[in-house]
Amino acid sequence: MATIIVQRPKLAWHEKWFLSTLYKGLKITMAHAIRTFRQIVKREEKVTMEYPEQKWDASLPSYYRGAPALVTDEHGRERCVSCQLCEFICPPKAIKITPGEIPSDDPWAKVEKRPKAFEIDMIRCIYCGMCEEVCPEQAIYLRKDYAITGESRKEMVHDKERLYEIGGMRVGLVNKWNELK
Amino acid sequence: MAALLASFDIAFLITSVLKIVFLTFLVILPLVAYSVYAERRFSAVIQDRVGPNRTGIPLTLFGFKKDIQILGIGGLVQPLADGLKFFLKEDFTPDSVNKFYYWLAPALTMVPALLTCVVLPFGSELQLSDLNGLLAWAGLPGFTENVKSVIADLNVGPLFIFAIASLGVYGIVLAGWASNSKYPFLGGVRSSAQMISYELSLGLSIIPVLMIFGDLNLSKMAASQDANGWLLLPFWGDSAPWQNGWNFGRWILLVPIFISFCVFTVSMFAETNRLPFDLAECETELVAGYHTEYSSMKFALFFMGEYAAMIIGSGLAVTFFLGGWSIPFAPVLSQLTGLQFHYVPGSTPLLLGLLHIGTFFAKIIVFILFFILIRWSLPRFRFDQLMKLGWLVMFELALANVILTAVIMAWIPIK
Repeated sequence: MATIIVQRPKLAWHEKWFLSTLYKGLKITMAHAIRTFRQIVKREEKVTMEYPEQKWDASLPSYYRGAPALVTDEHGRERCVSCQLCEFICPPKAIKITPGEIPSDDPWAKVEKRPKAFEIDMIRCIYCGMCEEVCPEQAIYLRKDYAITGESRKEMVHDKERLYEIGGMRVGLVNKWNELK
Repeated sequence: MAALLASFDIAFLITSVLKIVFLTFLVILPLVAYSVYAERRFSAVIQDRVGPNRTGIPLTLFGFKKDIQILGIGGLVQPLADGLKFFLKEDFTPDSVNKFYYWLAPALTMVPALLTCVVLPFGSELQLSDLNGLLAWAGLPGFTENVKSVIADLNVGPLFIFAIASLGVYGIVLAGWASNSKYPFLGGVRSSAQMISYELSLGLSIIPVLMIFGDLNLSKMAASQDANGWLLLPFWGDSAPWQNGWNFGRWILLVPIFISFCVFTVSMFAETNRLPFDLAECETELVAGYHTEYSSMKFALFFMGEYAAMIIGSGLAVTFFLGGWSIPFAPVLSQLTGLQFHYVPGSTPLLLGLLHIGTFFAKIIVFILFFILIRWSLPRFRFDQLMKLGWLVMFELALANVILTAVIMAWIPIK
């Protein structure tokens, strides 16, 4: 591979002594300061969004990765069969599954297993989406919720109930490798 | 004992205490708090952000329509919230520190910074004899002469300030040393080297100023600039050629004065640890520099000391070069309008005295905004560049400037 040697620009004496450069810098900072100040005073469209009042939910991209959640299918069946693949792949070890057997008198007895408990520690979760990628049953998805808050560590652990509440129902087969999900 | 008590000038004592309370607690400390706020808001707009705009007196809770805002700028009570936060933080002393010096250091940065303000003339004089009726009613002796707007009218003003201000280095060095941790240590070492190299040029840079005034009393400097044109604006009084028999001496002296002003300002930036010379703090390399191990009010003392030093430094620069409390073109304005805008010793109306105080602090505020603007316009110097600038450029420049001024003054004697 050819090496390209980039020459450093030769500075004139006034640039070396911070005379013209100081003037340029002051011009830039002053211009930004005045422009933004006028925007604030006139309440025009600003560069920054004032978060709690204005939210960018509407413009979230389709590939946005928010809180992971469990989904049910159109019959209300839990899709998760507690294979624990997501638990094993999770890089920060945020997921903890207690597998349980489905009793034989259950209408979904054929599925054999469902999670007895499913916990995602949202303090640990890094929103990488590996759980979603690895899931063979398409049961776990990253939703667009991003403001996950709580007053204690315990509150930050999402249990099964909370996960289904966030996830809701996902109808039909989802082609998760397609462009359009 | 009675004779000793009688020897005190009670009126002088009371006015001095009132001036101290006014200047430090009603002006400097609020100015420190609000310059932190100004710094945050100004930095924010420079970076196209909004800045702290939420803290306000919640008037809406009491049934008012809106919280207090000026021009739609909210967050005016942010300094109070900042202070409250500092009070509520845990005051943590690490086990490994040298306790005595660790506790001493914050006070050593704050105290000199506040102490130097005693010689700053923050106004001309106040004619308080209007209050004599009130005082007589309370059974007190009235004012016989005007009260000077300076706490201690010392004849060694600048020397006193330099002597006390350089004590501030001890605070930083002790903080770095006593913290017993590598980053504060590096910060302290850097700071001591930096301060020593810039104090020289700071002191030398004002020698031309002292030569021109022939006086070390800051109030007299400000008064003479009021009458005869600021050092950087010699357009009225004795400095204007059309009023002193076409003597262009003061205009030629503008060259050394301008060099002197630049050297003084740059040295002051270094002296107060402001960017581009904030190597003692240097967030990007030294965590927080010398105050890394400090929390709560001890950290707040460092913070306030830094800003107080900034305000005093600006006050000094304003008094030397920009006329102190004087209103620009004051004698000319007086002639044009028929009102009194210039200072006449002994007969300055109360309103003009207050206006002078306002002018002084307005100039200081402009200077502080300049400080903040520079902070975001220039990158931080590397340490060797800083030392090189200090020893090889600033020092020589200040020294040569003294000789240049002397030659010019010998060539064209000024009035």
